[in-house]
Amino acid sequence: MKAILTVHNLASDLVTTVWTPAFVAIFLAIIAYALWPRNKAAFDEAARMPLREE
Amino acid sequence: MSQPSMSKSMTVGESGLAVLFAVTAFLCVIAAAKALDAPFAFHAALSAAASVAVVFGIINRYFERPAALPPEEINGRPNYNMGPIKFSAFMAMFWGIAGFLVGLIIASQLAWPALNFDLPWISFGRLRPLHTSAVIFAFGGNVLIASSFYVVQKTCRARLAGELAPWFVVVGYNYFILMAGTGYLLGVTQSKEYAEPEWYSDLWLTIVWVVYLLVFLVTVIKRKEPHIFVANWFYLAFIVTIAVLHLGNNPALPVSVFGSKSYVAWGGVQDAMFQWWYGHNAVGFFLTAGFLAIMYYFIPKRAERPIYSYRLSIIHFWALIFLYIWAGPHHLHYTALPDWTQTLGMTFSIMLWMPSWGGMINGLMTLSGAWDKLRTDPVLRMLVVSVAFYGMSTFEGPMMSIKVVNSLSHYTDWTIGHVHSGALGWVGFVSFGALYCLVPWAWNRKGLYSLKLVNWHFWIATLGIVLYISAMWVSGILQGLMWRAYTSLGFLEYSFIETVEAMHPFYIIRAAGGALFLIGSLIMAYNLWMTVRAGEAEVQAPVALQPAE
Repeated sequence: MKAILTVHNLASDLVTTVWTPAFVAIFLAIIAYALWPRNKAAFDEAARMPLREE
Repeated sequence: MSQPSMSKSMTVGESGLAVLFAVTAFLCVIAAAKALDAPFAFHAALSAAASVAVVFGIINRYFERPAALPPEEINGRPNYNMGPIKFSAFMAMFWGIAGFLVGLIIASQLAWPALNFDLPWISFGRLRPLHTSAVIFAFGGNVLIASSFYVVQKTCRARLAGELAPWFVVVGYNYFILMAGTGYLLGVTQSKEYAEPEWYSDLWLTIVWVVYLLVFLVTVIKRKEPHIFVANWFYLAFIVTIAVLHLGNNPALPVSVFGSKSYVAWGGVQDAMFQWWYGHNAVGFFLTAGFLAIMYYFIPKRAERPIYSYRLSIIHFWALIFLYIWAGPHHLHYTALPDWTQTLGMTFSIMLWMPSWGGMINGLMTLSGAWDKLRTDPVLRMLVVSVAFYGMSTFEGPMMSIKVVNSLSHYTDWTIGHVHSGALGWVGFVSFGALYCLVPWAWNRKGLYSLKLVNWHFWIATLGIVLYISAMWVSGILQGLMWRAYTSLGFLEYSFIETVEAMHPFYIIRAAGGALFLIGSLIMAYNLWMTVRAGEAEVQAPVALQPAE
């Protein structure tokens, strides 16, 4: 298909190859951030935000 | 800024906008004069008149206001801007009733086609997009704008960014609705479902939406709270994604800059895929993400309980973001769309069960320790039942996206039933709940005029939804089964008109359900009107208030 080697082809090949593991890694990092024990106190505080305004 | 004695002068925004709209008025007059078709002439003339009105409005507002602009804070407390919120909340109620009424009319037209009266302007084909746009974009959109402006201020503890900008957003958005709606009645449409408005309305919406994004973002940026509350994430996802979807689905070339007709940039299956990438993500980010923001703020606030699990809300948010955008192809099963794309759409739709139900559980469990309030507070009950409907319709949706199920359900009334269990049950009820909270808060009333009337609204509307969706389930499955029934000789068992005849009783039941839903909204409008005018009339403790044994 892509016989001609161009910067664009290289870049798009790279993106189409890498995006799945990259998105999975980002998503796993988000889950780790959400579940990290040290963040618990801050999140429990944030859960009360609607209640403690003004 | 602190010197009140300074001389009064127009801000850059005021003078700039006034000049801009004066120029717009001039251009619109030219467009009206050179218009190639009557609806375009009408819209250009309307826009010229509206632009002149806006110029007068800005100048008048300048003369009425004090020399100093409203301060960011008064006595150390944020000086919240409630004006645009009140406007949007009012428009939401107005368009809601209009949209439900048109829904009832077209439901009746389906049951009794004579109601089309052979008039093009009120034929089903033109009223149907009027109904869908009125309820989704006019009613839902105004609820989202009003609630997002409220929530972002409160949870950021900052005044809404800009002085004229928020007004530009709410008035400009409603003007878009007006142009879109009158366009449908006059036959102006680009024939893309949920994206019917023609090119000039689309351009106007683009400007309004970018300002909306800026107002929201700048308010978040100048926040006093270090943490950005989860509801604001959902609102931001809604605003950003709708911008992307709108730009992605609407590139079109007008036949003339003085005419309403345009042609979309791409054709065939590419157009179909773009359309349903847009269509399904309008469901995902307009009708889901935006209203989930309402859920994450209004349910904790009303129940006076913290969010059940803030961690789950973060995972809920990102899972939704990563998954939803891929689900669109399930609208195009068994079409010219490549098979693998259909399967991809189906797979991601099924995966959506997880974040949907995670979110539902998070919303419902926020009531832990406050379940008794469901008995005494009909507003909270409305909000919670909406989340239950969210769970139900997000279970049904992925199920219908499975190709074998879809082979029965597609093109039948089952789809209409599914959409309305989500639209009436989830979006409708969560919006009603939000408005019932928002109106007393924004107008600074102690409470609603009458909780008893909320109770009536709740039960009448719930009954209406049950009638509507059960009628459509039976009708849809019947329709699907009749379409695929063969005789022993291999011929189709039913002609198409026989399947249409079989729908008749269900169409009447559906119209009855819609009528109940409309009656409920009229009760609501009266209640909100009286809340603004008179405030809390009865004692806040209605019906029965015995403590639970």
